[in-house]
Amino acid sequence: MSVRAGRIIKRILLAALSLFAIITVTFFLMDLLPGDPFMSEKATEETRAILIRKYGLDKPVIVQYGKYLWNLLHGDMGTSYVLQKGRDIRTIMTESFAVSASLGVRALIYSILIGVPLGCVAGLFKGKGPDGLVRVVSAVGISIPGYVVAAVLMLVFSVKLKALPVSYGRPGGSVMPIIVLAMYPTCYLMRLTRASILEVLGQDYLKTERAKGMSELIVIFKHALKNSLIPVITYLGPLTASILTGGFVAESVFNVPGLGRYFVNAISARDYTLIMGVTVFYATLIITMNLVCDILYQIVDPRITLD
Amino acid sequence: MKNVLSFQVKVEKGDFDKLPEDYYKDLDKDTDEVGFWKASWQRLKANRIAMVSLGIIIALIIFAAIGPVLCPYSYDQQIRGAENLWPCLAHPFGTDRLGRDLMVRCMIGARISLTVGIVSALIVMIIGSVYGAISGLAGGRTDTVMMRIVDMVYSVPEILLIVVIKLVIDQPLQDLVENVAFFHPLQKLGSGLIAIFIVYGCLYWVGMARIVRGQVLQLRQMEYVTAANALGAGSRWLIRQHLLPNCMGQIIATMMLQIPSAIFTEAFLSFLGIGVSAPMASLGSLTSEALSGINKAPYRMLFPAVLISLIILAFNLFGDGLRDALDPKMKKR
Repeated sequence: MSVRAGRIIKRILLAALSLFAIITVTFFLMDLLPGDPFMSEKATEETRAILIRKYGLDKPVIVQYGKYLWNLLHGDMGTSYVLQKGRDIRTIMTESFAVSASLGVRALIYSILIGVPLGCVAGLFKGKGPDGLVRVVSAVGISIPGYVVAAVLMLVFSVKLKALPVSYGRPGGSVMPIIVLAMYPTCYLMRLTRASILEVLGQDYLKTERAKGMSELIVIFKHALKNSLIPVITYLGPLTASILTGGFVAESVFNVPGLGRYFVNAISARDYTLIMGVTVFYATLIITMNLVCDILYQIVDPRITLD
Repeated sequence: MKNVLSFQVKVEKGDFDKLPEDYYKDLDKDTDEVGFWKASWQRLKANRIAMVSLGIIIALIIFAAIGPVLCPYSYDQQIRGAENLWPCLAHPFGTDRLGRDLMVRCMIGARISLTVGIVSALIVMIIGSVYGAISGLAGGRTDTVMMRIVDMVYSVPEILLIVVIKLVIDQPLQDLVENVAFFHPLQKLGSGLIAIFIVYGCLYWVGMARIVRGQVLQLRQMEYVTAANALGAGSRWLIRQHLLPNCMGQIIATMMLQIPSAIFTEAFLSFLGIGVSAPMASLGSLTSEALSGINKAPYRMLFPAVLISLIILAFNLFGDGLRDALDPKMKKR
């Protein structure tokens, strides 16, 4: 077995271990949460006790945990206790994640399409007009919290100009949530690409190319750009995470029926199984993305070790 | 015959003259040798953006620390007949639905943001650098195990766990602070804030630990450390005289960049309604309260939103400048 294959297997094992740790920690934390899901109901002590027994909440935690893990292995995440009583968590999540994903993927594509080229331009024109502009925009962009972006957009486009609808579902309703989601990643990608381009431009092999008489265009497009985009790959994992968590704010503000809003609602309603479901699902997604990026990065640039 | 390759030169008396006494003094002047901290400060001073940010940070600290004392109202005082006022002379930021002065509330909110940022950064610095230093110094299997733990915590999507941990420890903490005499002094801080600190202590130290470990490993192989070791220096001396001072630059730079991220997270949690609890004001919760009345009273959202962005921007820019000043090699621009 080659050294690299060994490293990749180690990395996969680590990811699996992390995921297991997250599931375990979340489960036991959930158990510590004050109150139970049936608190708010106008139920007598008796019916509450029945409900608690029905969902197995009276058994010892360790038994509940074992049962949850066993079911999870079979793809069963249980049913919602509170928000959509009795419905399968998987159905709820599939429905709402489709909404989140359609917004998220679009935000992801826009942020790459806008952030990377602008970062390239800034790096290539270091110290000149475009560079200054990109640096100011990106510095401001990463400093504004998503909810502020959401509130300002709402104020300007729906309240003052009345150009876009406040809530999701009507034509044009997805424009503002996508801007909110894409804002931070776009600005971060600009900075990252710019820094990466500047680093590559100083490398010796570009001097060699020029000394060999290559035209500047070939040097930049064939050699510099290609190599400077490699570090951008590593950001794709955190980028996914940032868009998913950005969804909590964007979906709550604009009333998008996505998974992020469900998570926020599930927390205040103490819907244990739904919180668990979303956490496990998001954690799996993010950890897998990170894993894929790391492995991809290593294949593209063999100098990198996964440690 | 004279060997042409020989370096031996015949030296005669009078070949070398004694130099004037003050020769070396002038030499010293030319080399312009300054210490690490002084050189860093000079580099920082030359960075205009960083200095402007520092000025803004100082102004914000004054605004948040002294402001509420000078204001005639308190943050939870409901002034009768002054509900829903637009910004005016008596209330420069206006008032909210219950007639509370928004400027004082913004000041308190800024105070919370700054406290969260600075205290969290300190927590991260202490846990991270101690952990990283132990791991780097111990080496071997201890190091491997400690770093695997770091890798695991690192790959956890922290915002999910933050939300869950925050919810879980909120209530027990409140009981603890209220009922156990030892924790009474913490009452003023509020259990919400303490919970945020604990969450930070649990999850955010890993970046710092990695950096410090890397530094320690690198420094340990430096010749001057080997030399000091050969001269009989103990490990305590090595840590105090050589490792710590040389790590300090990176530790401080990383810590400064942790501040805006902590402020960001607190505002995010408060906006979702799981940060500080009412009637306490945070810049996040102020914005979220204002959202419902955005049609009639946009000013209510404007001030906290601008303030939080300004705080994060200033710390980001200052942190960047500080990193470049402390470690010019790391400079990527």
